[in-house]
Amino acid sequence: MTALSTKHLLGIKDLTPDDIHLILDTAESFKEVINRPIKKVPSLRDITIANLFFENSTRTKLSFELAEKRLSADVINFAASSSSVKKGETLIDTVNNILAMKVDMVVMRHPNPGAAVFLSKHIDAKIVNAGDGAHEHPTQALLDAFSIREKLGSIKGKKIAIIGDILHSRVALSNIFCLQKLGAEVMVCGPTTLMPKYIASLGVKVEHNLRKALEWCDVANMLRIQLERQDIKYFPSLREYTMLFGLNKEILDSLSRKIVIMHPGPINRGVEITSDVADSDQSIILEQVENGVAVRMAVLFLLAGRG
Amino acid sequence: MMKPRIILDSKHFEITVTRLCYQLIEVHNDFSNTVIIGLQPRGIYLAKRIQAKLQEILKKKDIKCGSLDITFYRDDFRKKGLVPNRTEIDFIIEEKNVVLVDDVLFTGRTIRAGLDAMLAFGRPNDVELLVLIDRRLSRHLPIQAKYVGKTIDSIISEKVVVEWKETDKGDKVTLISN
Repeated sequence: MTALSTKHLLGIKDLTPDDIHLILDTAESFKEVINRPIKKVPSLRDITIANLFFENSTRTKLSFELAEKRLSADVINFAASSSSVKKGETLIDTVNNILAMKVDMVVMRHPNPGAAVFLSKHIDAKIVNAGDGAHEHPTQALLDAFSIREKLGSIKGKKIAIIGDILHSRVALSNIFCLQKLGAEVMVCGPTTLMPKYIASLGVKVEHNLRKALEWCDVANMLRIQLERQDIKYFPSLREYTMLFGLNKEILDSLSRKIVIMHPGPINRGVEITSDVADSDQSIILEQVENGVAVRMAVLFLLAGRG
Repeated sequence: MMKPRIILDSKHFEITVTRLCYQLIEVHNDFSNTVIIGLQPRGIYLAKRIQAKLQEILKKKDIKCGSLDITFYRDDFRKKGLVPNRTEIDFIIEEKNVVLVDDVLFTGRTIRAGLDAMLAFGRPNDVELLVLIDRRLSRHLPIQAKYVGKTIDSIISEKVVVEWKETDKGDKVTLISN
């Protein structure tokens, strides 16, 4: 297999297992590229990419921008906070105006679920979803899968626990789709109030006890508590959340085996994970960030390659 | 389809590789300042073969040989859907003499991409090209090899197939016309 089955990357749900393997294998080649003395290849020198961020982001935006520049693409950046969106322009108008400047690909983050799918139906350029509300964040899931594969050799048959705020998390949903397509067992763990009602219908195990989840898994993916998305109180206090669902060194060291710790960032140190765990040798949080650039290069390269 | 014509059988293959090695030694002496880089995917077999033969002739074990993938440097990746291979260059090419190695020199586009890709690893002193087969009438770019196993005249619809004992039944070069 040498090409993706899809024209856009809107979500992991639309990808086949072959697509995911192709992206991860290609990312391996790009990881070698970004560790060279000259970390740049000319593959996309005739492509212009617009990064449209209608919602705040540091890591994902930087990572995409770096990936685009390492592929020699021309890049334009757009942040909603400093744009005509504030003046009442619609999404399609904004994007069509940008495309009129001859842009080939659009990387978009948007607070509304389905924004990327909506855009793909109305405009001509290739779309990469960089997170749409609480729906999907496909490149994060791909880089998580890449990091697990790199650390453990393969994903098939591995047990991965996603712990924390599942309800507001696009990372959780994309990770569930991605890991299941690659043959892993997935468990979600968190307070009942932060657990979507029908989550078990996705074929994941549901657990409300942190220790049980940690004893079960090979990899624990600790999610951030998304206070900015919580318009009502989902738990009595952060302190209580940390007591029940925060990962600290004491729990980690008391487990019967060494598990791998991941976090999509940004970390609330001392809330879902303590500093000594985040910085321990079991954590691959910074590897995830490095792999993010390689995986995004692979996604952009493969989508551009699809005529 | 016409019967495939054998250009090199396994005996001549061996003789040709040995001759190329002696030609390299004439220029590069004991290879103390020269490295070999094979182009992925098919040039690496010749590069490895030449490395082994040179080590045997020169009775030394430290001749450096790397492999270079050029997928990201090609101008046709969007037409073909190419899958990248491994790049493994675990030495420094800065100020070194580099012998680029590929199996067949055809349009010259692979070598063009290879030169670009190689420069991402530093600024070599001197770069030469070695190929097993030179299809001399098919060039699209002004690129020539310094060391050539065998030169053939072929038309564009014909295909040169190089087989290696490492991956195929044996060492052999054939010309197939459609």
